Amino acid sequence: MHIVYPAVVSALLFSIGVYGVLARRNTILVLMSVELMLNAVNINLVAFDMWLADVLHSGQVLTLFIIVIAAAEVGLGLAIVLALFRNRQSVDLDRLRALAEPADPATTADGDNGAGGDNGARADDHQPAGLDTVTSPQLTARGNGASDQGDGVGRPGHPARRGGNA
Amino acid sequence: MTEAAPFLPPTTQEVVFLLLGAVAVGSALLVVTTKQLVHAALWLVLCFGALAGGYLVLTAEFVAWVQVLIYVGAVVVLLLFGIMLTRAPIGRSADLDSGNRVVAAVVALATAAVLVTVVIDGFRTAYAPLKPGEGAAGELGASVFSTWVLPFEALSVLLLAALIGAIVLSRTDIRGAPPSAGEAGGDPAPAEGPGGP
Amino acid sequence: MSTTSSPFPLLIVALPFLAAFAGLLLSRWPRTRRPQPGAAEAKGQEAGHQHRGGNRRAAWIAVLPTAVSAALALWLAAAQGFAFFAERAVDPVGADYGEIVTGTVPITLTLQADALSGVLGVLVTLVALAVQVYSVGYLHDDRRYPSYSAFISLFTSAMLLVVYSGDLLVLYVGWEVMGLCSYLLIGHWWEDRSNSRAAVKAFLVTRLGDVGFLFGIFVLGISADSFRIADVLAKVPEMSTATLVTATMLLLAGVAGKSAQVPLHTWLPDAMAGPTPISALIHAATMVAAGIFIVARLFPAFLGARPTLDVLAVMAALGMLGAALAALAQDDLKRVLAYSTISQLSYMAGGLAAGSDHAAIFHLLTHGAFKALLFLCAGAVIHHVGSNLMSQMGGLRRELPVTFAATTIGFAALMGLPPASGFFSKDSLLLAMDGAVSGAALTDAAALLLYASALATVVVTGAYSARAWLRTFFGPGRTIALPEPQPGTAHVVDTREAPPTMLIPIVLLAVPALLLGFAGGLHLDVGVATISVVLALLGSGVVYAFWRGDPVADPARILGPFRVPCERAFYVDSVYAALFVRPILALSRLVVSTDDRVVDGAVRGSGRTARGLSGVLRLAQNGNVQLYVSGVLAGVLLIVVGAVMFA
Repeated sequence: MHIVYPAVVSALLFSIGVYGVLARRNTILVLMSVELMLNAVNINLVAFDMWLADVLHSGQVLTLFIIVIAAAEVGLGLAIVLALFRNRQSVDLDRLRALAEPADPATTADGDNGAGGDNGARADDHQPAGLDTVTSPQLTARGNGASDQGDGVGRPGHPARRGGNA
Repeated sequence: MTEAAPFLPPTTQEVVFLLLGAVAVGSALLVVTTKQLVHAALWLVLCFGALAGGYLVLTAEFVAWVQVLIYVGAVVVLLLFGIMLTRAPIGRSADLDSGNRVVAAVVALATAAVLVTVVIDGFRTAYAPLKPGEGAAGELGASVFSTWVLPFEALSVLLLAALIGAIVLSRTDIRGAPPSAGEAGGDPAPAEGPGGP
Repeated sequence: MSTTSSPFPLLIVALPFLAAFAGLLLSRWPRTRRPQPGAAEAKGQEAGHQHRGGNRRAAWIAVLPTAVSAALALWLAAAQGFAFFAERAVDPVGADYGEIVTGTVPITLTLQADALSGVLGVLVTLVALAVQVYSVGYLHDDRRYPSYSAFISLFTSAMLLVVYSGDLLVLYVGWEVMGLCSYLLIGHWWEDRSNSRAAVKAFLVTRLGDVGFLFGIFVLGISADSFRIADVLAKVPEMSTATLVTATMLLLAGVAGKSAQVPLHTWLPDAMAGPTPISALIHAATMVAAGIFIVARLFPAFLGARPTLDVLAVMAALGMLGAALAALAQDDLKRVLAYSTISQLSYMAGGLAAGSDHAAIFHLLTHGAFKALLFLCAGAVIHHVGSNLMSQMGGLRRELPVTFAATTIGFAALMGLPPASGFFSKDSLLLAMDGAVSGAALTDAAALLLYASALATVVVTGAYSARAWLRTFFGPGRTIALPEPQPGTAHVVDTREAPPTMLIPIVLLAVPALLLGFAGGLHLDVGVATISVVLALLGSGVVYAFWRGDPVADPARILGPFRVPCERAFYVDSVYAALFVRPILALSRLVVSTDDRVVDGAVRGSGRTARGLSGVLRLAQNGNVQLYVSGVLAGVLLIVVGAVMFA
């Protein structure tokens, strides 16, 4: 068997996975594309294990490990997706733009303007117009335990809210 | 690692592998282009199945069965659950692709071009004779439980961690830890003293 | 020429200088709290008292040193026996106070009094004293009287420095300080925009001349290798004609600026916006005479530069007749006197051009006396009427008998009627010009023009003097109840005659205005004297005839169609505005807009460009993770391609 064949199949599969990760909007589809990329690696591992005639079968063992890790990854990924869905009512990647700078430069200029209450809520405030922002404050508060819990709590800069609560 | 053997005519195994590879690549393409979420999952099943066939041709039988069991059996089912739980539309939906499609296509094509070029350039002459029984369960089992036993155990811990993590993430009644007292004391806003009412 | 050591010149200069500083520093000390605006009504009485207290102290601070200076100057001149009038040279009196080493030509700090300086010092200090005393009454309620009197002191000091300085650059210091004081005092009532504009105009125009003056000093000083006036004059015979012409022409620019001669005369009429005593002191008697004084001081240098004398003659000829005609058409009494000052200064300049510095300085002295007298009288009239305009005056001879008598003396001197002082000095000037026609100092054309112009000016002088005199003191009274005067005009007082502080200087000045002419020795040329008196009487007679025809109407109507050009001073201001002011304003507006649009625009534009470019970059930071990953992968691909191809 020429090694080129599995290698080329693997390369094509990997590229298709790249395309899926970059182009798909639904987070679950992105997860599927990641699986495609993992499988492309697996083909490579198996083919080269065979080509090298490894006595220890490192390639195939590693393939097994990867399959296991992929299963764990899918499980965790889906849990994150579900948490995301609970918080945002959406799993569309291009609506999750909390990383972006707010559109209005004036709001960035005064930095910690006391709006530091909840990162998620703040990001929603600055979402581009035309997108559906259905997040209710209640849901956001409840979601503190989930994906953006690291941001929402334990971050100094919003004493006003705490003082108000106290 | 053996050299030699001309490309043409291909052997029977090669033809079978190429056909399976074509099925896998084709169904993978469908996975990333289809307009229906559920169909994507189903095409993924086909892709994984074809790949399992490919592993069989490459004499890695145990990997092939594990592929069928875990990927086709577990992962895809998990994904289908995910689709269901996120209340995704079952029928055709027009907006499965983001606006990033063109950039993604360019990057993916470039990736494919670079990888294929490099692979063909590097392994043009590589040839491996296929010996049945190399990847049988017994062989692999001996290897895993002798040489690779430590990583294997570590993987089991990893799986446990993933399990717990998934549970914590999924449950809504587990709250995040409240801000610690030390942090509140070091709050740099003396006007809002912690005394309260 | 040996110098007799004497501290008097220094004392005379330093006393008003110290008075200026004392007046500025001490008059409001201890500092009285100014009442709040809301409580002004309640405390108005008290505040007035405080003002008056400060003003009284400032008045003493101002008057006393000036009086001492005047006494010293008088003594100094008397010790020299008023040598100027006897036309004999005396050894200068004064002292050296060291030398400033400059690297090239040193500056000597010399103060000295020779015959010329001695009499001029007397004139300056006496007029300054009169003006200081007069101002006490004229500005007795003015809030800024302390600074005003201090500036007069400073001015007096500067003028005395010019008069007594033995070094050209020291003289220049006094020259410039005078310009500064003139600016400050013209703008005394700066609340009125036109006053501050007049002050700026005077400052700028004289400064324009001063640039030439400074460079003239440089040329003289460098070529003589000394700035000492005595050394410079001693070196004059060795200098080339070209050097002398250059130097004197440049000096002439300063003279024209300071003495308000023809090209640069426009500031003087506007300077009448200042308080009337200032007009008397600075803009009639002393500062404007400084230019004439400088020419007389450096007269040997001017005699060596005949083209300069020709230019001076033409300037004088144009200035005297033009200014006299302008004076004939003015309605503002002070502007009449201002144009008359320009005209008389041109007389002096003409006398200098004709080669007689003695006659010119003699006229300067008499003019200083009678023009100061006229201005102080005008101040009294304006004080009484509350307006500068002659159309609102009339019939004042019964209400202001003392002022009337003094003004009559002043106008008689101005017209050159015997026995007033102006008659003698003008006679000697005309004699000098007459001599210049046949003499060799001037080219024939310039000499003829000068003499003809001088004679014509005698006629016009008689005419405008008679007009101002008649319209102010005769005819029906036109005084009407005036509203509260604006700042910039005088205060209305209820007394029939001006207060004694104003009357005493007037009476005292009337004496030299009447009699100073006899000091110069009675060397009359009967022919010239007869001609000038007849001409002056002719001019005033014509005006009198017109005035008798209709006492209410303005006799200036004899000018007919020329009246408007004369009133506008032949549109010189408009021409200057069109030629210089507007182009410069346009240019400066261009500069401003260039600064605003181009320079600031570049700065703002670079900021905007940076923001715009960063906006382009921000497009990539849209928060879409997939785009970020695309970028990362594309980068990795590039690295891989590079590694594969170049490794």
